[in-house]
Amino acid sequence: MSAEAPPVEELASRQPVRGSLPRRLAGRPELGAVVGAVAVFVFFSIVADAFLQWSSFSTVLYASSTIGIMAVPVALLMIGGEFDLSTGVLVTSSALISSMFSYQMTANVWVGAGVSLLATLAIGFFNGYLLVRTNLPSFIITLGTFLILQGCNLGFTKLISDTVSTKTIADMEGFPSAHKVFASHLTIGDVEVQITVLWWFALVALATWILLRTRAGNWIFAVGGAKEAARAVGVPVERTKIGLYLGVALAAWISGQHLLFNYDVVQSGEGVGNELLYIIAAVIGGCLLTGGYGSAVGAAVGAFIFGMTNKGIVYAQWGADWFKFFLGAMLLLATLLNWWVRKRAEESK
Amino acid sequence: MTAAVLAAVLGTALAGCSSTGGKRAEERAAREAAAGGRAAVNTPKWTFAMVTHSGDGDTFWDIVQSGAKQAAVKDNIRFLYAHNEEGKEQSQLVQSYIDQKVDGLIVTLAKPDAMKAVVKKAQKAGIPVITVNSGSEVSKAFGALTHVGQDETIAGEAVGDELNKRGREKALCVLHEQGNVGHEQRCDGAAKTFDGKMEKIYVEGTNMPDVQSSIEAKLQSDKGIDTVLTLGAPFADTAAKAADQAGSKAEIDTFDLNAKVAAALQDGTLGFAVDQQPYLQGYEAVDLLWLNRYNADVLGGGKPVLTGPQIITKDDAAELASYTKRGTR
Repeated sequence: MSAEAPPVEELASRQPVRGSLPRRLAGRPELGAVVGAVAVFVFFSIVADAFLQWSSFSTVLYASSTIGIMAVPVALLMIGGEFDLSTGVLVTSSALISSMFSYQMTANVWVGAGVSLLATLAIGFFNGYLLVRTNLPSFIITLGTFLILQGCNLGFTKLISDTVSTKTIADMEGFPSAHKVFASHLTIGDVEVQITVLWWFALVALATWILLRTRAGNWIFAVGGAKEAARAVGVPVERTKIGLYLGVALAAWISGQHLLFNYDVVQSGEGVGNELLYIIAAVIGGCLLTGGYGSAVGAAVGAFIFGMTNKGIVYAQWGADWFKFFLGAMLLLATLLNWWVRKRAEESK
Repeated sequence: MTAAVLAAVLGTALAGCSSTGGKRAEERAAREAAAGGRAAVNTPKWTFAMVTHSGDGDTFWDIVQSGAKQAAVKDNIRFLYAHNEEGKEQSQLVQSYIDQKVDGLIVTLAKPDAMKAVVKKAQKAGIPVITVNSGSEVSKAFGALTHVGQDETIAGEAVGDELNKRGREKALCVLHEQGNVGHEQRCDGAAKTFDGKMEKIYVEGTNMPDVQSSIEAKLQSDKGIDTVLTLGAPFADTAAKAADQAGSKAEIDTFDLNAKVAAALQDGTLGFAVDQQPYLQGYEAVDLLWLNRYNADVLGGGKPVLTGPQIITKDDAAELASYTKRGTR
């Protein structure tokens, strides 16, 4: 990355190419991921009998959506050139805060959810603010937050509830409506679809709109691709980065509320390791680890590939002992195919 | 600005009170804790330390601790607790307590090889050791006084018998930690006595949606499964959800107990639970160490003292519900 300011046109060119349809397709970051997803889908349709049922598809979609909801803002953050290692436990924190506030105050559960939204956003703001003020690597800052939150999740839960999981709030006011919003399922035809899938699609649409149709979208590509250059042409780098962390926090809140209202009781030790899944989904979906390139749709497809692979192995009834091996091998294959397709597409440009 | 937000939050909090559930209901139902918090003996204030292989925030180990603490209060003991799931780290924790010259040690032997040397060291330093929960096979060889716990294989076998009694034909064993020896023993024990067919599935225990969707996927791909056996209480409820989503009629059974499991047993969502009585493991370990210090007593005659398995069904659940709520069952 050079410190000299490139012309503004060059920054803009990091966005997908406009023009004829094949050219536009070839320039899309998610092209390879879509090919990978089709390949994984066809593969499991052949080897797993149960994979092609509508009910199975709904299960796969649910698994994908719980990763996908977080993968979308994580992808935006990565396009903006930053990481967040605290996302997995932040989801758990968000659920714990809602649950314990409602319980301890004997408040309507929506009040707890509101408090949790504020607190979760505050944590996201903390990450972003610390990052732009210190210029330390986001890797270090969010690793710190990750450990702090992990400790707080356990410490506060134990301190407040005297056990390591929260008490049930299913009998409290507001629970039925909150359950509808965050954890119900809709019947479409004879298929049951979890509402998280809708949340997921809505977030993808929102993020895609921001990335491709708004000035903030340009800023995100610019700060991730060439921060100093972006600053030189007047992009509010700090505001953009803090905004991205707030986006992550918002999605963590939605995921956390789903955890709480779907399972009613939250275990304080949960969520560790999930941050990697979100990053994996974004990377499979075409986001570069170095920033400046990627898309929300790509991250969603990445989450879908992960969900299909993860559940496809179960549908295929392969040996349980080798589950992780198959998961790793399939993901590697999908990503290799993704990489190959993208290389071909770039060559043909 | 912050003050305004805070005021708004508190305002809505007061306006938005729930008239059902919550802490107020708990306080209404609150009862006196079992031990009054006073020592029942006048022996010197000895220090006992417990080091387990528990991960962070594990309900099961929380109950073990509350048993140990209750016994410690009664026996006039200062009780210390530390845990780490890595065998190497666990042994270093034990070493640090040996360095502090505690009067008694309680350890788990989930990773026996990593713990062998340090348990011997404790013995050499004249500190009595009691092993709990896991490691009944090696406890004596390592020089521990007694082992208090459940034999995982025997517990698994009890499940197999119970499944036969219930006329089950095909069961799914849900392991929430890959590589945990105790978990494998439970499933293998159950498979041994179970006349039907038993399959295993590994799920990501720290990721509830993954647990749910994996069980769902398994039940959809194999309609013959009529029983789902989970190895930890928090997973039973999720398994029930998964069965519901998959349109499966499978009965859900589980190891271990918590408030939700007790409630689910009562309303018939769960078939049965196998309890190894973690409270007893903590309580007995401290008590036996005290007896050994005070009276040179040894229990078990070289054989493990079993705390389970106790099979709990609908009939027992009502009585246990209040104990699970206060975190001692």
